[in-house]
Amino acid sequence: MSTVTAPTQGAASQGAVGGSTPGSWKAPITYGVLGLFALVVFGLLGQPGSSTFSVSTRTDLFQISPIGVPSRLTAIVLALVCLGLAAFAALRAREGRRAPGWVAGTFAAAFVLAFLTWAVAGESIPFTGLLQGTLFLAVPLVFGALSGVMCERVGVINIAIEGQLLAGAFLAAVAASLSGNVYAGLVAAPIAGVLVALLLAVFTITYAVNQIIVGVVLNVLVVGVTGFLYSTVLTANASSWNQPPGLQRIAIPLLSEIPVLGPVLFRQNLIVYLMYAAVIVANIALFHSKWGLRVRAVGEHPRAADTVGIKVNVTRFKNVLLGGAIAGLGGAFFTIGAGLAFGKEMTAGKGYIALAAMIFGRWSPKGALGAALLFGFAEQLRISLGIVGTGIPSQFMLMTPYLVTIFAVAGLVGRVRPPAANGTHYAKS
Amino acid sequence: MSTPEDHQNAGEPTPGAPRPGEDRSASLVHEILSSSWLLSLLALLVALAVGGVLIAAADEQVQEAAGYLFARPTDFLGAAWSAVSEAYVALFHGAVFDGQSESFTRSIRSVTETLTVSTPLILAGLGVALAFRASLFNIGAQGQIIIGATFAAWVGFTWHLPVGVHVIVAVLAGILGGALWGAIPGFLRARTGAHEVIVTIMLNYIAVYLISYLLITPAFQRPGSSNPVSPLLDDSALYPLLLGSGFRLHAGFLVALAATAFVWWLLNRSTVGFRFRAVGLNPHAARTAGIKVEWAYVLVMIVAGGLAGLAGTAQVMGTEKYLTAGIAASFGFDAITVALLGRSRPIGVFFAGLLFGALRAGGVTMQARTGTPIDIVLVVQSVIVLLIAAPPLVRAIFRLPAPNSRPRSARRAAVKEAQA
Repeated sequence: MSTVTAPTQGAASQGAVGGSTPGSWKAPITYGVLGLFALVVFGLLGQPGSSTFSVSTRTDLFQISPIGVPSRLTAIVLALVCLGLAAFAALRAREGRRAPGWVAGTFAAAFVLAFLTWAVAGESIPFTGLLQGTLFLAVPLVFGALSGVMCERVGVINIAIEGQLLAGAFLAAVAASLSGNVYAGLVAAPIAGVLVALLLAVFTITYAVNQIIVGVVLNVLVVGVTGFLYSTVLTANASSWNQPPGLQRIAIPLLSEIPVLGPVLFRQNLIVYLMYAAVIVANIALFHSKWGLRVRAVGEHPRAADTVGIKVNVTRFKNVLLGGAIAGLGGAFFTIGAGLAFGKEMTAGKGYIALAAMIFGRWSPKGALGAALLFGFAEQLRISLGIVGTGIPSQFMLMTPYLVTIFAVAGLVGRVRPPAANGTHYAKS
Repeated sequence: MSTPEDHQNAGEPTPGAPRPGEDRSASLVHEILSSSWLLSLLALLVALAVGGVLIAAADEQVQEAAGYLFARPTDFLGAAWSAVSEAYVALFHGAVFDGQSESFTRSIRSVTETLTVSTPLILAGLGVALAFRASLFNIGAQGQIIIGATFAAWVGFTWHLPVGVHVIVAVLAGILGGALWGAIPGFLRARTGAHEVIVTIMLNYIAVYLISYLLITPAFQRPGSSNPVSPLLDDSALYPLLLGSGFRLHAGFLVALAATAFVWWLLNRSTVGFRFRAVGLNPHAARTAGIKVEWAYVLVMIVAGGLAGLAGTAQVMGTEKYLTAGIAASFGFDAITVALLGRSRPIGVFFAGLLFGALRAGGVTMQARTGTPIDIVLVVQSVIVLLIAAPPLVRAIFRLPAPNSRPRSARRAAVKEAQA
């Protein structure tokens, strides 16, 4: 590891916040190794048949016939694209510059496509369905990660995302069932998230209890309370308490008719559209507004922020509650968003993956979206390939998000840096 | 872990304590009122009250009586009382002494069940607590239990060793497994600064998927079974039962006792433990004093992982006798609350483990007898820990004096002195 990380000439220029050092050889070498792996395993050792990607859904306006490609040839071409990108990144590294952002994106896309053509050789896979499933699985992760961003940007670690999602899912189902109106559930979910966040805020900010302790314990508390009420009230009278109506899909005219992307992005329910809005608004607000500057100041250097008149603990309190509301809304996606009844512990650790997505996305809304989509894709891939059947055990595919996160925090794929005051209590002296 | 520190001197005379000859009884009352034991007791009471509210709210008769609350409030109160008391009495019967059953052996089975359930809680709780003392948040006890149990089980059903040797080798394998899994976050923290909370949470999930994969491979899956379960461990690899075949209590409990003593010795009497505590209190000062902080992080996580691995052996070599993906149940997560309740002190962890073991064992009986879901135990546990972590809140609820404030009489005397 030390040979790879040894800074060559980029040691002098350490300015990139949270990014790999300019001129670092880490990225080109990683690309090169992965590219070679793709060339050998997916290309040269791949099966000869052809891989078929079906693109159009039945209801599309423009029908596109399924695309069949020769597996080995395509994989080899894509692997060569990966190696080309690696060479390009190496060239930039020699000049002491960082490779532009699109290189990483294109590399990931080419690598994943090479993997897919290899995995579905001789079979067919619904490509649009794959993307739809990805988005579906990513939605709660995006909301959860956004909640984490809101809290950690002001210096409060939010381990309680899991609890907030679960509380949101629970109250959304109950409110929608009791009122018979799905929008009541949509209103109730953020309230549930705020209640959990309120406990987090009171204990960490008012009573200065360690933030990680409170987060962990709140998750247990929410599992206990929702599990208890589920086993008693909700099960005893399921028809009136736990039969929520589901949100309707809304197809956006014109946009939803775009091939591939239309059905994926613009034939979704209200929560998904709210997610698009939340990511855009949060990104602009955090990085291009006076409010965002203040919020980030509180998270990076609370004493300095206090000195210039920002009320540190008030800002923290408000942001933690805002984060709770966002995660609560995300929780609604499990029940009314998916048209399902509430189930015990139905969030199944999604809150922790959201936490990972937030870290992997480097504490920014845009990054959180990207990471959540990546994790969603990994899980959808497992489901899709489970149907097609490949040699890779599904357990290893399931591990991917967690492994990737460990690599990310350990700095093996570019350093990630949390807000400086993250996890600390602030008291005026 | 700053919260427990400000109470450890609660038993000693507080700075404002009156000098000899002054009002002794007032200071004693003050001392009791501001002690951490009273705080823990009150936290337990509040937690049981919160649980009671939930039980009453979910009870159908209570809901019915609430419909005519203002017409006959006694009905409502009576229904609530009977629902809550029935549940808690059943919990007590399941946890401590079952007065309802016919024979004596059946009635003491409750307390042996409590001890059995407590064993992994105490062991894993010790691991979490030890890491806490070095200011590391070991959220990964769950994964460490799983890997420890996996190692121990593999030795238990693959190797066929003589009686006596087999148990020891299996236990050592369990410690090794847990220590390996614990070493990863310790190493990453020391080498790259990766936050151990994130790494251990991720490793928990990786361990779950790893074990579910292993259990469908020929090396681990029970021959002839399509379920993901391992073969039964050899009898020679099981912890001996302590009270005969009528009870589940096994020698793992003695291991837990020994481990408690070991961790106490390690923390309070050994150089290594001193280093751990120094690193936990102030890593910069520790480094200045010549302590290898990075090595301490790795070492403490290895020992913590080993303790969690022992919890895994208690599960697989004592209680379950074969490996499943759910071998760790939720002991690894409960261990965090156990360590917090025990204020990261070995003796405290031991008793906290007994309490949570009692709640859990009692919860099973409660669910069976009164239909109250065992989830209520989670609520009680988490409320206890939240309150313990925030002493000012408990004091505010019960209007207790703060530990470093003076008793009222002493304060009056001081005022008089100042006036004179």
